[in-house]
Amino acid sequence: MTHAGARRIWGLMYRHLALYRRSWPRLLELAYWPVLQMCIWGFTASFLATRMGNAAALAGATLLGGVLLWEVALRSQMGVAISFLEEMWSRNLGHVFVSPMRPWELVAALILMSVIRMAAGVLPAILVAWLLYAYNLFALGPIVVLFFMNLMIMGWAVALAVVSLILRHGAGAEALAWSVLFGLTPFSAVFYPVAVLPAVLRPIALALPSAHVFEGMRGVLLNGEVRWDHLIAAFALNVVWLTGAALLFARQFRQARLRGALLSIGE
Amino acid sequence: MRKSPIPRASPAAYAPAMDTIRVHHLTKRYAETLAVDDVSFTVPAGATVGLLGGNGAGKTTTIAMLLGLLIPTAGTIEVLGHDMARDRFAALARMNFSSPYVSLPQRLSVAENLRVYGHLYNVAHLECRIAELSAELDLGDLLDRATGKLSAGQKTRVALAKALINRPELLLLDEPTASLDPDTGDWARTWLERYRDESGCTILLASHNMAEVERLCSHVLMLKRGRIVDRGSPQELLDRYGREDMEEVFLDIARDRRRMVAPA
Repeated sequence: MTHAGARRIWGLMYRHLALYRRSWPRLLELAYWPVLQMCIWGFTASFLATRMGNAAALAGATLLGGVLLWEVALRSQMGVAISFLEEMWSRNLGHVFVSPMRPWELVAALILMSVIRMAAGVLPAILVAWLLYAYNLFALGPIVVLFFMNLMIMGWAVALAVVSLILRHGAGAEALAWSVLFGLTPFSAVFYPVAVLPAVLRPIALALPSAHVFEGMRGVLLNGEVRWDHLIAAFALNVVWLTGAALLFARQFRQARLRGALLSIGE
Repeated sequence: MRKSPIPRASPAAYAPAMDTIRVHHLTKRYAETLAVDDVSFTVPAGATVGLLGGNGAGKTTTIAMLLGLLIPTAGTIEVLGHDMARDRFAALARMNFSSPYVSLPQRLSVAENLRVYGHLYNVAHLECRIAELSAELDLGDLLDRATGKLSAGQKTRVALAKALINRPELLLLDEPTASLDPDTGDWARTWLERYRDESGCTILLASHNMAEVERLCSHVLMLKRGRIVDRGSPQELLDRYGREDMEEVFLDIARDRRRMVAPA
């Protein structure tokens, strides 16, 4: 990457970081839902563990691990999509698109912002889990980094698809930025194994990188084994998902330039 | 002839060796609508050219194609020697754009907005450039204020600072003084004139303010229903239509009430 390219990426990140620097409610909002989720599910898991003993404690650990890791995917996806929406809402995209910023640099800036937003949201939730329930996600070992990476990449792929739909359909598609990943939750096997799903739904689940990550997480938590087969499948699927999303974005960006949608996006 | 209320720029010769913009048979069609219809023109380096026409005449579509926001259906655009179809980013780094209809992030301070765009345009010694623009455009007291809380006149100064952050060789201005009071509008025009004269910047200006066009533009392109229906210096157009101001010329063209005067 050239120095000029790096500066353009930093320029767009600076625009978002400057807002967070002066607005504590914005910063608080990033951590609010992940911490709230952790409180609700953490107390539920604690309650079950005190009533039902070791088996429930283990189930509680998989529940908390699932909640925290799913937040990684959710926050990564929302981090990209909402940063893009903020550009659209401020009617600033016209200036960005007529600057020398390349579309891939815009995507890189949105992805880097999503890493920051995800960290600002999920790390407090991890801390809450440790302080309130003595649950340490990092006790899973270094493998947790690979879980994080896969869920982040999947979140970015979904977000790029959402941004593509916003480029295609304008503000009418913006609700997808919040809702689309929730629709994938049942198939991602966050809180239960893929085997629990009806046979007809299992191929859908196994096409999601997240389902392999959560199968891998349960493998470590319940059996103490690293399921490399699932991790490799997750990485391979992410390559396919991200490539597909990048191609969709490139196509919709060009279509938007053909239709004149970049002029009126957000209206 | 009645004197124009605003002194006119002396008409520049319209055939210098080097053109900043070359547009050749440019066409844009949306489904059944022909927004720009086989338009060709050149803008010589250092000139200020006005793009005039009623609503829907094709001005914004033409500017959007010049900025690379819109892909033409047919035709070619060359800006600062770069083919916009293949090499638009090289041209975009050397030009800039201002429009009251495209905002800067309202919650960012003026200085933060200028920093953002300074990075996007890879401006060297950015803080010095911001200080320079701040002094030239009298932004000192505004730098730390939220952009959204400024008055229309103050926002215009900030928009100009953003448009000049990279010392552009080409400036595309879409109604730069729309919604400004006469005093602020006059200030903006005076400033643009001075900047153009000092920097040699080429300006393409879309405006509905005919006095502004007479004052700033060395050449005018009259658009109607996507086609260039007339062109020339403001003085040539006034003479050709036998009118005293560009407002009347504009109305003659817009309402098809042509009353061209034969050359003496």
